[in-house]
Amino acid sequence: MTEKVEIRGARDMPPMAKSLGRMSWNKTGSWRNVTPVIDYDKCTSCMLCWKFCPDLAVTCADPPEIILEYCKGCGVCAEECPVDAIVMREGL
Amino acid sequence: MKEVVTGNHVVSHAARVGRAQVVSAYPITPQTQVVEKISEFVADGVMDAKFIKVESEHSAMVACIGASAAGVRAFTATSAQGLALMHEVLHWAANARLPVVLANINRAMGPPWTIWTDQIDSLSQRDTGWIQFYAESNQDIFDSILIAFKVAEQVDLPAMVVLEAFFLSHTAEPVDFPDQEDIDRFLPPRPARNTVDPENPAAFGGLTGPDHYYELKYMEHNAMLEAKETIAAATQEYGDMTGRYYKMADPYRCDDAETVLVVSGGVASTAKDAVDEAREAGWKLGSLKIWAFRPFPREEVRALLLGRKRVVVVDRNISFGQEGIFCSELKASLYSQPEAPPVLGFIAGLGGRDIKGRDLLAMAKAGEDPDCPEFNWYGVKP
Amino acid sequence: MAEVPKKLTIPAEEHICSGHLACQGCGAVLAMRYALKALGPNTVYTVPACCWSVIDGPFPYTTLGVPLFHIAFEAAAASAAGLAAGLEMVGKEDVNVVAWAGDGGTADIGIQALSGAAERNDNIMYICYDNEAYMNTGVQRSSSTPWGAWTTTTPARHFKKRPKKNLVDIMVAHQIPYVATAAIAFPEDVLKKVNKAKQIKGTKYLQIFASCPPGWRMAPEYAVKSVRMAVNARVWPLLEVDNGVYTITRKPRKPLPVADYLRLQGRFSHLTEEQVEEIQQMVDHNWERLLFLEKSTHEMAGIPLEEKKKTKEPDK
Ligand SMILES: Cc1ncc(C[n+]2csc(CCOP(=O)(O)OP(=O)(O)O)c2C)c(N)n1
Ligand code: SF4
Ligand code: SF4
Ligand SMILES: [Mg+2]
Repeated sequence: MTEKVEIRGARDMPPMAKSLGRMSWNKTGSWRNVTPVIDYDKCTSCMLCWKFCPDLAVTCADPPEIILEYCKGCGVCAEECPVDAIVMREGL
Repeated sequence: MKEVVTGNHVVSHAARVGRAQVVSAYPITPQTQVVEKISEFVADGVMDAKFIKVESEHSAMVACIGASAAGVRAFTATSAQGLALMHEVLHWAANARLPVVLANINRAMGPPWTIWTDQIDSLSQRDTGWIQFYAESNQDIFDSILIAFKVAEQVDLPAMVVLEAFFLSHTAEPVDFPDQEDIDRFLPPRPARNTVDPENPAAFGGLTGPDHYYELKYMEHNAMLEAKETIAAATQEYGDMTGRYYKMADPYRCDDAETVLVVSGGVASTAKDAVDEAREAGWKLGSLKIWAFRPFPREEVRALLLGRKRVVVVDRNISFGQEGIFCSELKASLYSQPEAPPVLGFIAGLGGRDIKGRDLLAMAKAGEDPDCPEFNWYGVKP
Repeated sequence: MAEVPKKLTIPAEEHICSGHLACQGCGAVLAMRYALKALGPNTVYTVPACCWSVIDGPFPYTTLGVPLFHIAFEAAAASAAGLAAGLEMVGKEDVNVVAWAGDGGTADIGIQALSGAAERNDNIMYICYDNEAYMNTGVQRSSSTPWGAWTTTTPARHFKKRPKKNLVDIMVAHQIPYVATAAIAFPEDVLKKVNKAKQIKGTKYLQIFASCPPGWRMAPEYAVKSVRMAVNARVWPLLEVDNGVYTITRKPRKPLPVADYLRLQGRFSHLTEEQVEEIQQMVDHNWERLLFLEKSTHEMAGIPLEEKKKTKEPDK
C-alpha cells in the first residue's frame, strides 16, 4: 500500500482518526541534498548500511542498494561503512 | 427482585449486572463504597472482570480508555477532584469514540475542602463529548447506568451517570433489579468498533490536520445528536422490560401548569412532592426533570415549555460570571421561539446545602413576582 | 537478481516502512525498528505525545505494521495497563502490549502512571527511547537531560546543572522482574533484550539510548557513532537487571575518554575543560557504582558473576 488514501469528507472518514494507509506513499527522497553512492569494488556486503539506515532506504540484498526514492541523505550509512565504500555526493 | 441498597452500591451492582469487563477506579469520598463493592465482586468471582487498582483517577480513565480500545466494556466511578483530574482524558475517551461508562458522584469542588454535593464537577465536563444523565433516585442510578452502556456502545461515545453525594450515594432505597437474563438481552456484549487488533494494524488518533479534524468533530456532534434517537429507543425497550420509561426531559403535572420548575438530580424528587403540595392549594405548578443533559433535549423542552407563563430553573451549580448552567441551556433552547416564556434562574444548594420542598416553592413563588430578577441567589445568608 | 545476504545479525523482516516523518538520522526510528524486529506482528503499541506521535505520520497514514494507539502525554503506562487487561478479557493475552514513550513522557510527566503500573506489576513492556530532552516541542530540558547539556530551556551560559535522572534505579526499586538499558548502536543487544523481556510476565522496563541529531546539535551522520561512543565511554552503560540482580552487558576494556563523546555534539560545545573533567568523574563514579551493584547483587542472590569476555577495542 504505497498509494495515497483519498478521504474527501465525513462520508469516507472513519469515526475516529483511524489510519489504515501506509506512510510509504511519502517519497522522502526529495528531502535529500547529499546522496550516498556505493563503490561496489570496495563493498563487502557486510550490511551495516542496511542495519543502521533509519529510513529503510538500503535494500536487504547482496550487494545492498540505496533506495533513492526514500533516502533522506543523512549519511549514517557512509559513516558506518567499515571499508569506506560509501561516499556522500552533493546533489541528486 | 427488590432490594434496599445505597446509591453507591447500586452503582457497583449496575457495573456487575451490566457485565463491565474492565473496571479501573481510584477511591474518593463519597464514591469509595463503589470501589470497595466492585473489588469484593471481582474477588468473590461474582463479577467476571479485571479491576485495575490504579494510582490516580487520571490513570483510571486512561486504563478504561485502553481497555475500551481493546474492545471490552469498561467502567469507572469518581467524584469532584477525581473527575477534574480526568479532564484531559475525558476528551480523549470521547474523541477516540470509546464507550466508557463513568458514574460521577456529584461533590462540590475545593477549596475549601468539602465532600457535599453540587453539580459543578460534572457540568464542568460539559464540552468533553460525554453523554450525561442525572439520576433522581437509586432506581434511576441503576437504570441509567444500564441505559448508558447501551446508548454509549451504539453511538460510540462515552457516557456519564451523575448522582448526588450523600443524598443518593449514601442513602438506602428500595431498588428493583431486573433478571440477569433480561438485562443480558437488553445489553448484549459490546460491538467492538474503533478497537486495536494486531490482525488489522492501524494507528488511532494520530496527527490530524485542518483538512480532516473538522469533519471528525462534525461526526462527533452528529453521533451526539444520534444519541437522542438511540436514547429514545433504548428507554422504550427498557421500559417495556421494567415498566420504567425514562424521558430525556421528564415532566411532572405539567399539563396545565403556568409555572414550571426545572430541576435535575435528586431535587427532582423533592420537586414532585412540592408540586403535589402546591396543586392541593390550587396553584398551577408543574416540574420538569432534565434527565439527559448531553445530548440536551432541546426539542423536548420546547414542546413542554413554550407557551407557559414562566419557567423557574433551580441550579445546584453556577458558571461564575454568567448564571446557572441548566438555566443557560434552557434559554438557549427557547430563545427566539414563538411564545418563549421568561426564564428565571435560581442558584441553590451549592456545597450540599439542603434544598427542601418549601425552598422550591419559595423559588417558584418568587419567580411569579413580575419584578423577579432574571438571576437570583436563593437563601444566601447576608 | 540480488539475494538476501547471509551475514545478517538481525532479522531481515521489517515492521515499519519508509516514508515516515523523522528527521535525517533519527535514532528514535532505529530504536523502533529494532524493537519491532524482536516483538513481531503480535504486538500493540500505545504512544504518548513525543516525536514518535509525529514520526508515525499524519492521519490517515501510519508507519508501524502493528496497531498504534495514540494517548495523552502522561498516560503511556496506564493505557498499556488498560489495553493489556482488555486484551486478556477478550482472550488475547498473548499480544505484546508495549508502551513506547520518550524520556520526557517517562521520567517527567508520565512517571506517576509508570510507577503505578510497575508497582502493580501489570503485564506490559514499557520502552523509553531516551534522547535526553523534549525533542518534539523543540529541545527543552527533561529530567533525563544530562549535566552540562545545552537545551533551549538550559541555554549554554546556564546549561543544565543537575544530573540525569536515574530512571533505571527507580524502576529497579519497584521490584519488577526485568529492567534493561540498550542503545541504538547495538541492534543485536536491543533485540536480545526485547526478546528476553517478551518472555517475562509482569512489568518490563527498557530504556534505549537514541540520538537526536537536531536536538544534540550534531551532524546526522553521527547518529549511530555518537551512541556507540556513549556506550564505549561508559556514559550510557548497557545493563540488565533481572529480579534486582545487576549485570553490565558490555564492559569496554579501554573506555573512550568522555571528552571524545562530548566533542561530537554541539549541545556540549560550551563546556570548559574543567567541566568536561567533571563529567568524566561523574561517569567514572557511576561506573564504579554499577560494578559494585553488579558484584553485590550477584553475591546476595548467590549467582556467580561470569567474567564476561571483555569487549574488544571500540570501533571508530
Ligand atoms: C499534557 C501535555 N503537556 C505538554 C505537551 C506538549 N508536549 C508534547 S511532546 C512533549 C515532549 C516530549 O518529550 P519526550 O517524551 O522526551 O519525547 P521526544 O519528543 O523527545 O521524542 C511535550 C512537552 C502535551 N502534549 N501534553
Ligand atoms: S544516507 Fe541515510 S537515509 Fe540514505 S541510505 Fe544512507 S542511512 Fe539511509
Ligand atoms: S527531533 Fe530528534 S527524535 Fe524527533 S524526529 Fe527529529 S531526530 Fe528524531
Ligand atoms: Mg526526548
